[in-house]
Amino acid sequence: MTDVFSDFTVEKLPLSDWIEDGVGFLIEHFSVLTKVISKYTESGIDLVINGLLALPPWLLILFFMMIAWRLAGTRASVLTLFGLGLLWNLGLWKATMETLTMVLLATTVAVAIGIPLGIMAALSRTFYRLVMPVLDVMQTMPAFVYLIPAIPFFGLGAVSAIFATVIFAMPPSIRLTCLGIKQVPKELIEAADAFGSSKLQKLFKLQLPLATSTIMAGINQTIMLSLSMVVIAAMIGAGGLGGEVWKAIQRLQVGVGFEAGIGIVILAMILDRITQRVSKRNNLE
Amino acid sequence: MEKIKIVNLTKIFGAYPHKAMQLLEQGLSKDEIFNETGQAVGLSNVSFSVQAGEILVVMGLSGSGKSTLIRCINRLIEPTRGQIIIDDQDITRLDRTALLQLRQHKFGMVFQHFALFPHRSVLRNVEYGLEIQGMEVLQRREKARQSLKLVGLEGWENALPRQLSGGMQQRVGLARALAVDPAILLMDEAFSALDPLIRADMQHELVSLQARMRKTILFITHDLDEALKIGNRVILMKDARIVQIGTPEEILTSPADEYVARFVENVDKSKVLTAQSVLSKNSAVVYVDDGPLTTLHKMRDQAISSIFVIRRDDTLEGVLQLEEASRAVERGEKTIENLIERNVPEVLPTASLNTVISILARWPLPIPVVNEQRKLQGIVLKNAVLAALAKKELSNDGRF
Repeated sequence: MTDVFSDFTVEKLPLSDWIEDGVGFLIEHFSVLTKVISKYTESGIDLVINGLLALPPWLLILFFMMIAWRLAGTRASVLTLFGLGLLWNLGLWKATMETLTMVLLATTVAVAIGIPLGIMAALSRTFYRLVMPVLDVMQTMPAFVYLIPAIPFFGLGAVSAIFATVIFAMPPSIRLTCLGIKQVPKELIEAADAFGSSKLQKLFKLQLPLATSTIMAGINQTIMLSLSMVVIAAMIGAGGLGGEVWKAIQRLQVGVGFEAGIGIVILAMILDRITQRVSKRNNLE
Repeated sequence: MEKIKIVNLTKIFGAYPHKAMQLLEQGLSKDEIFNETGQAVGLSNVSFSVQAGEILVVMGLSGSGKSTLIRCINRLIEPTRGQIIIDDQDITRLDRTALLQLRQHKFGMVFQHFALFPHRSVLRNVEYGLEIQGMEVLQRREKARQSLKLVGLEGWENALPRQLSGGMQQRVGLARALAVDPAILLMDEAFSALDPLIRADMQHELVSLQARMRKTILFITHDLDEALKIGNRVILMKDARIVQIGTPEEILTSPADEYVARFVENVDKSKVLTAQSVLSKNSAVVYVDDGPLTTLHKMRDQAISSIFVIRRDDTLEGVLQLEEASRAVERGEKTIENLIERNVPEVLPTASLNTVISILARWPLPIPVVNEQRKLQGIVLKNAVLAALAKKELSNDGRF
């Protein structure tokens, strides 16, 4: 019996070879371009971080407090005050600013790409069918995997980390934008049509305004996913709070590791409260 | 003048309308076609026209095709075949840009569940159509305000739709449709979601607004009472076809088939039927200058106990009773002028039977029906009214 099977062994598919060939091709032809992009982005990020670090931390904490208070109310601003104060006290200020910069940059890029894609998916059935399986892959693929091809394109450091983060964190923005638009009641669409609205008028006067709170929920998810990617991105030298955690793992320093971990949690809570409140407020309008 | 003309309009829902079209031409019914092809017939060879300035009510139960019909007219649903001619233009041939233009300027639509935009204030809802037309802000706000005033909602400009009651929300819906000053108003079950009392108010208001505005209104409803109350003409639909087109009275008095007759059965006829429908025209009259003897003779001849007196130009003078006439003959009087009872209740041909009945309750004699110039058109007898309410056939002279 076993002989029969051994006669029919199927050779391993060279899937990894194909992928490497494909990525290799891309690297060969595009890495020059991406390296240039990487260089400028890197210096841009450094500029922002250095700018933030040049200001006294207490001033920035007050500034963030004001933002939280304006957007999300008293409780969020108190959380911001004590949370950021603690991070400053623990000596994690620099790492926090690095992480914050990366998260906000990655989120901005992810949302800037994700919302238009979400709109297209909502308006075109074909595009919807095309993009949904891709989103499933993007979300279930272990985040580490994105880091490997990112390095030959963007080199070690923050830009690769942001690239991988954007891919990992973009799906909720696309999905929830699409969902928000599709949830607009059919009779309202019909009413807009009956008054002779064009597709763009419908989109900007009806669909997007009514989808705002759902889209905000998507942005919130994107921010949270970006933060969760930060630690992983530290493996390729992205620094920040993730870098502190990564160092602690290598030196087996439980206390230091938790300090940085708590830092990430605090940052996550502040960003979450602010975006959620914005989302809910839109919902009430 | 014909405002809208619909010719052989057919709508098949489904991916393969051709097969269904063929079967439809062979005369198969909606259900048979669905069982055979899986295609649903929404409208089947519907033809009719709407006159400028009339309220045409399309009435039918759910699934009869009335919603499909109204949506085909502004092409929210694309008809499968047929023509829709509005002001001599076949709108089924319009390209997208021209269609949007047409919807922006010619149509106003009111929806069953209001379909107000929840993120916009009342004023911004009302200005929506003008905004889509590209009118600048100040001008369209002004127009929107006027439109709100028309429906009695001044002072609610800044409220959000969900802060309003159902009746008020539908007023906003109506104001939104009227703001663009459309020639045609499409009303899709516009009052069906409202409480009965508010509904009656809205019906009344629509009719009185219409008296001023003279729009061409196509009104969809599943409620026959509503159809008869507001419609100048009524179309009855069943299974994607038109069963009957006619004035409310025609529908009530001569239903086209069993189906319509069953519908009509439960209608409160006293509200819908008018004096005209129970009028008897061949009754005898005398002129003011006739003598008592002629009068008496005419009454004996007709076997009636009272007779209406008119002037030579047909205007009503009054009524004369039998005893008065015979006494005058005994006394040898030459004219009847002093014997006429001039304090007589009279009704217009358009008066409802309700009004007629309330007069009959306190007036023992027949009621004269006069036109606006007070010319006698005929009389209404108690018997005729009772017969009409009991839905029996009447002969022309008002007798059974």
